[in-house]
Amino acid sequence: MSEEQPRPRESASERELVAPRRGTVRTAVRKALGQERRRKPRPVGVPSPGYRDLMRPKLLTVRSRMLKGEAAHGWRWTLVALIGLLFWAFVLGIGVRFLMALRAVPEIGSLLAAKLLGMAFISFFMILLLSNIITSLSTFFLARDLDLLISAPVDPLTVYAAKLTESLAHSSWMVSMMAIPIFGAYGWVYGGGWRTAIAAMAVWLPFIVIPAVLGAAATNLLVTAFPARRTRDILSLVAVVSAAGLVLVFRLLRPEKLVRPEGVRSLVDFIALLRTPSSPYLPSEWAARGVMGWLGGSFDWLPFYLLWTSAAAAVVFGAMIHGRYYSAAFTKAQESAERWVRASAWRTWMSNLLKPLGVLRRELVLKELRVFFRDPTQWSQLILIAVLVVVYVINIKYLPLSGNGITRRLVNIVPWLNLGLAGFVLASIAARFIFPAVSMEGRTLWLLRSSPLPMRQLLWAKFWTGTIPLLVLAVGIVGVTDALMQVTPFVFVTSILSVTLITFAVAGMALGLGTVFPQYETENAAQIPTSFGGLVFMIASTGLVGIVVVLEARPMLLYANSILLGTPMDTRDLVFGFGMAALCCLAATFIPLAVALRRLEATEL
Amino acid sequence: MEPMIRLQGLTKRYGSFTAVDAIDLEVPRGQIVGFLGPNGAGKTTTLRMIAGILRPTGGTVTIGGIDIAEQPAAAKALMGFIPDRPFIYEKLTGAEFLRFVAGLYGQAGEAVEFRMDELLALFDLSEWKEELVESYSHGMRQKLIISSAFLHRPQVIVVDEPMVGLDPKAARILKDLFREYVERGNTIMMSTHTLEVAETLCDRIAIIQGGRIRAAGTMTELNATVQAGAKGLEELFLRLTGDNAAREVVQVLDV
Repeated sequence: MSEEQPRPRESASERELVAPRRGTVRTAVRKALGQERRRKPRPVGVPSPGYRDLMRPKLLTVRSRMLKGEAAHGWRWTLVALIGLLFWAFVLGIGVRFLMALRAVPEIGSLLAAKLLGMAFISFFMILLLSNIITSLSTFFLARDLDLLISAPVDPLTVYAAKLTESLAHSSWMVSMMAIPIFGAYGWVYGGGWRTAIAAMAVWLPFIVIPAVLGAAATNLLVTAFPARRTRDILSLVAVVSAAGLVLVFRLLRPEKLVRPEGVRSLVDFIALLRTPSSPYLPSEWAARGVMGWLGGSFDWLPFYLLWTSAAAAVVFGAMIHGRYYSAAFTKAQESAERWVRASAWRTWMSNLLKPLGVLRRELVLKELRVFFRDPTQWSQLILIAVLVVVYVINIKYLPLSGNGITRRLVNIVPWLNLGLAGFVLASIAARFIFPAVSMEGRTLWLLRSSPLPMRQLLWAKFWTGTIPLLVLAVGIVGVTDALMQVTPFVFVTSILSVTLITFAVAGMALGLGTVFPQYETENAAQIPTSFGGLVFMIASTGLVGIVVVLEARPMLLYANSILLGTPMDTRDLVFGFGMAALCCLAATFIPLAVALRRLEATEL
Repeated sequence: MEPMIRLQGLTKRYGSFTAVDAIDLEVPRGQIVGFLGPNGAGKTTTLRMIAGILRPTGGTVTIGGIDIAEQPAAAKALMGFIPDRPFIYEKLTGAEFLRFVAGLYGQAGEAVEFRMDELLALFDLSEWKEELVESYSHGMRQKLIISSAFLHRPQVIVVDEPMVGLDPKAARILKDLFREYVERGNTIMMSTHTLEVAETLCDRIAIIQGGRIRAAGTMTELNATVQAGAKGLEELFLRLTGDNAAREVVQVLDV
């Protein structure tokens, strides 16, 4: 058939295949596919990408991020490293002092230290387990590279090994960082020296593998059992409720009673209690025994043997579960769910309540509320916060504010310190809920930016939907704790006013710095507060709370003295102290918001 | 008569890279203008600057005679934007999303509800109205965004790759909707890689490559600019944007 022969205008596909017209693309394609160039198919070997091939992109990504960070934001890394070192030094210092004090107690000092190490390990184990369950859902079922990996000729066991490593790294790095100064303190006090590092590594590596395998296996089974896309919601809820329960149980056990053994009948009973392993079948117990045996000179191979063989057995067990269930679970995780939202009286009521705000603001606020309360990964955090608040209030309630050596002066100063602590709690909550607010708009910012919506209105909606609940919480915490401590009306009013101003400032800084350091690409809101910007916010808000507490120190002290000693109060001191604190709070509210507005208007995606 | 969209010296630079290089373009009222170009030519960047999402490094964008840099709210109120990737709030229902968008344009009430029902019915989304967007398919999300762009009755629609993800029926509906819409005196500027759509739907075509407009006009005018007389938009497009692809195909298949 001649190439130039004109053809009748049949179907487009026929025209393309049979008689291509002029044009280099078509000619070239025809030549490439044509008879004269047809070859025998080449034998293709079955490729088998290994573990290293699968891990390479992850390592390259980490390296690229670090290099990019080093070039563009060297000061960020320096600051993060400095804060990390300060944190380590702080934990190490506290740990060393505490262990020194314990060691000085004859007979039971070392036993107590071992018991406490066991408690630390069991806490780590629970945290690691929960963290691995949540992370495994992302790495094994929701990660963007899964389609590529599953469709490629990769051995399922290799996928398992790579994904398990990924889960383990994501879940364990923070706990590992926390464990380093604890091991350091034990090594320091018990004269372990540099060899402590070897013992710590020998214990820690198998110790983190076991919860990683269990977490991955649990997630695999949960995804197999539950309706597909609900699993993430269910898991988040399970994890948060478990964490909340753990905190509450731990608090109710009052571990500090361990060092005040008044409740135990005799010393012999107490020593017997300390010697008895509380959970002999848990890796946390083996880890504690391993480290203490090494440090105490009575080295025992058994805990190390148990840890390493259990970790190895766990990996084999995990691989079996993966091989048996993963394929079906992965398929199930891809299915979409039917999610109907029916009209409710609450929605109508809320819509009517917000009517005075006008159409634009009402819709913005409604959108914020709906998005928050329909996402269990977001609202479930409220459970954890509620538990932390209860624990906080309980601690205040049990403060020994009566009895020998407790003065009325102290009673009126504690609420002022309470303000500082409450401020820190508020900052942590704002970091979780208000700081990510603008980042969460990342993927939908096109809609807001292409509409006539002024960015000021967006910030307005985000500020108030975050600040009002925070304010209720702040006034609630301070009001209840003040009432429990039976403070004077003056202290009550000033602490309520102060915490109100602190709340506005903390919310303003959270929203402002969240806009200045956005994480538009992050899909998981929980990861945003742990970013560099989140760190800057926590430093800034803690600094502000510190400044307010310091500025109010003098007027509070003068007031306490005037009540107790009858010394006259200079109102200028009051006005200066409280006035400067108020000014600082107002500046910290408005300046970050103004900067955020400019940044948001200039944002390009 | 003032064109609906006027770009004058429109430029966008990212560091040393110039994505859009001093573009001059006019989109007359009551017409569909197709904006074509190879991948990475600067189409999406230009459309996002017109929509007010990106700020130009230089030049101006006027919508209905209003400079978008000087009066962004007034200019954006005239416009509806449909992006190429349908990212929307996953935790809102389709109806809630549309009400939210109407609210952004200051609209609410019975009129919005009526219009919303009309648009959802047009795109076969009525049954999905009260379902969360997270359970929508890619095409359904695209249809929902298209509905939201028409909700506030804009005078001009700026649309980036309208046909991606749409089923044949929805694609046909959209083409009819676009034609009816411009026949009522409104304007559409759209980028597309589907040359058949551009050829049958657009009154005028602008071709961009390397951030610069290579040609603009009606099909007849464009044919006149390509001296050898190209047959059809596809060939015209390839001639204007180069035929390197041909060589690459051969090289790839020969290896």
